[in-house]
Amino acid sequence: MKKFLMLLLVGCLALGIAGCGSGGGDKKEKVVYVYSWGDYLDPETLKIFEKETGIHVILDEYDTNESMYPRVAEGAVHYDVICPSDYMIQKLISNDLIQPLDFTKLPDAKKYIGEEFFKQAESFDPENKYSVPYCWGTVGIIYDKTKVTDPVDSWNILWNEKYAGQILMQDSARDALMIPLKLMGRSLNETDENYLQQAKAMLVKQKPLVQAYVVDEVKDKLINSEAAMGVVFSGEALIILEENPNMAFAIPKEGTNFWIDGWVITKDAQNVDNAHKFIDFMCRPDIAVMNFDYLGYSTPNIGVKDLEENETYKNSPIAFPSPEVYSGQETYKYLGNKMDEYYNKLWMEVKVDK
Amino acid sequence: MFSRGIRNILLTPFLIWAGLFIFIPLIFIVWYGVTDYDGSFSLKHMGLIFEHGFWDAFELSISLAIISTLICLLMAYPLCLILTERQRDNTTIISLLFILPLWMNSLLSTMAWQTILEGNGIINQLMRLLGMPALQMINTPGAIVLGMVYNYLPYMVLPLYIALTKIDRRILEAARDLGANYWQTFTKIILPLSIPGAISGITMVFIPALTTFVISALLGGGKLLLIGNIIEQEFTFQYDWHVGCALSVILMIFIVLNMLLTTYFEKSHEEEDFK
Amino acid sequence: MKYLQKIYLATIFLFLYAPIGVLIAQSFNASRYRGHWTGVTLNWYEKLFNDARIADALSNTLSIGLLSAVIATILGLITCVAMKELSRKWRATFLSVTNIPILNADIVTGISLMLLFMGIGLKLGYVSILLAHIVFNVPYVILCIMPQLMALDKSFYEAALDLGASPFKAFTSVVLPELRPSIFAGFLLAFTMSADDFIITHFTKGAGVDTLTTEIYAELKIGIHPEMYALSTLVFFFVLIFVVLFAINRRKLKKYEEVF
Repeated sequence: MKKFLMLLLVGCLALGIAGCGSGGGDKKEKVVYVYSWGDYLDPETLKIFEKETGIHVILDEYDTNESMYPRVAEGAVHYDVICPSDYMIQKLISNDLIQPLDFTKLPDAKKYIGEEFFKQAESFDPENKYSVPYCWGTVGIIYDKTKVTDPVDSWNILWNEKYAGQILMQDSARDALMIPLKLMGRSLNETDENYLQQAKAMLVKQKPLVQAYVVDEVKDKLINSEAAMGVVFSGEALIILEENPNMAFAIPKEGTNFWIDGWVITKDAQNVDNAHKFIDFMCRPDIAVMNFDYLGYSTPNIGVKDLEENETYKNSPIAFPSPEVYSGQETYKYLGNKMDEYYNKLWMEVKVDK
Repeated sequence: MFSRGIRNILLTPFLIWAGLFIFIPLIFIVWYGVTDYDGSFSLKHMGLIFEHGFWDAFELSISLAIISTLICLLMAYPLCLILTERQRDNTTIISLLFILPLWMNSLLSTMAWQTILEGNGIINQLMRLLGMPALQMINTPGAIVLGMVYNYLPYMVLPLYIALTKIDRRILEAARDLGANYWQTFTKIILPLSIPGAISGITMVFIPALTTFVISALLGGGKLLLIGNIIEQEFTFQYDWHVGCALSVILMIFIVLNMLLTTYFEKSHEEEDFK
Repeated sequence: MKYLQKIYLATIFLFLYAPIGVLIAQSFNASRYRGHWTGVTLNWYEKLFNDARIADALSNTLSIGLLSAVIATILGLITCVAMKELSRKWRATFLSVTNIPILNADIVTGISLMLLFMGIGLKLGYVSILLAHIVFNVPYVILCIMPQLMALDKSFYEAALDLGASPFKAFTSVVLPELRPSIFAGFLLAFTMSADDFIITHFTKGAGVDTLTTEIYAELKIGIHPEMYALSTLVFFFVLIFVVLFAINRRKLKKYEEVF
């Protein structure tokens, strides 16, 4: 027993020291601290970057914009590059947590990132000073062709009682309220409390028909035909279609959310030069195509389609939609603390309703 | 056991520790809980518990936590009794086998329960094979309770098992020699001696069951909101420390009251022993 | 009666191991999506062994788990022993204080510890995760040890003192062996709590220091990599073998003791 305990202790200490060694990091090394969504980059691209530039990438990952924010806002770690979504970029700008980019150091971003995406990004980054788009997509309805007989072209179908218990909705205030707002013909950045209350009432009315409010598990459920239809992001739709051939994806005619995740550099970045090099590297078409293949999320990089070898991806109207699908669509804006709170409370009232 | 001096020396590390890592964070939380955004004293965030249906969520959380704690206790007690009664040599390995599931990541095993309970899940596929109608199991309060029991049962088993193994066999034999039947030995000796272990177990099951939000999201389909979900939403989506902390303080007060009640119960019980 | 007992044990066994069976099956599933069976593969195991990130995360998880459990067990044990000597009122107060870290929602503990570490100028990294894990491990250790310590018969200890043993010697040779099961239980719980925690780790970790749980949560958006199922399966069997060997070893030891 004693021997065993001693061994255990020695083992602990050895592991502990090893852990400290690997966690400490060498300061003299050329580094860049990247904080991005989990699994949002092909790990191979990082190896190429390190080889070409000699800059060591320290990658940290988060699971939601919201769990990223406190760590950046409080300066827990001095990250250099982050990859938040649209409204979160605006929140970071308005709270003075990110710095303007030096576009002279980003030649590939200027060359390869589509004009229309910079234009769309103006809704959260008015002068395109702070961010370079990395991924984008829309939100639509994915449905089982064997179960859904009505045409799917409107958000209305989510209120159709025929599909009671067969509907999956997104579990987040903005994504849930966006749908009734669009149905009413309002903006998804609506701030008029009357309309928001109406939107909430519609969601309460819909609740008995909903099988579950889901986040990431929506993919697994739809691949297994757990539900007849669900509200999903286009990147998720691509994965589901690949695994379950009974499914089809549609973007409702009332309009939808056009989301963009972009690279930004934090205010207190310690390696600003390296950060620019990293962002520019991510905009190179040969790298962007690797990331696209890894992720399956649409890319704003205009160089990718020519390099893409996978024919199903290349011809997929979901991965590379025609411009009319997304032109005129809205992007989430940061509506300020007060309005965020209002949305959140409405959503919780929907969820607590019996 | 020791002199006062040694006792105080032994207490110092914990006091320093508690000061740094228990009290400072606690002060943070209470301070945020009772102040408004401008830093002035205000109980309005605490009052939020009565709005937006939060109270319903609170009640639901408490009832689900009580139900799962009771089920854990009812499941674990006979289990531990059986394990302690059997041949001692084998019990170590068997009892370790009942702890082993703890070592699987709880998120992964909760997701595995989804696979088992879903409409097209393993149980329903078996039912279909047997020609029986499918059951609606996932996205119900029952599924949440099941998830809680699964995740927290080992926390009940461990302290109970230890309390029961530590009961001196000779006392039980003596009781039997004096003519006590099984039921009498159980109620007069085993049950009272196992109460401290049971209370530890209840604490370790009830508290996490009350504050969980992952289980309700994955197995309850997000349609049932628990107090843990609300606090989590306030902190993450809202980054609103004042409301989040205020609700946490209410939850803490509730748990502390409960613990005081149980220690009171334990105390009166101990005194009974001495009579 | 014996029959009923066996059925009861088997039922609980089935309940506890059903999801583990699912996870093990999942690790051989060709599809990376949950519950979507498309054939058998060993692909994920191969990938697992080539993944340096997972290896790093595993070693961090193990070392943080073991270190935090050892330190928490020692701190918890010392505190328990001292608390036994307090008056009943003080003991009750102390016990409620020790429980505070587990009363809060994890996210509250996580963010407040992050701010505290930053406040005292501790660089977030390996050490901060370790400290945070000790914070929430100590209460579980105390909850395990305290009931048994309270039930302990003082007379043996006093007899040892009467026979001339020093308090320390009397403690280590009389009290400690009696407490062994609960110390072991506390250690076990502490280690598992540490290995399973996500939220507190997320907020107190430094850049580039990951544990298995932070890796798993980060994968949620794109879908959990089945390498994680493969790893869980391996860990499960590793621990299972360890437990069996441990038990066999103990039995042998006992026989050995009986002979002499």
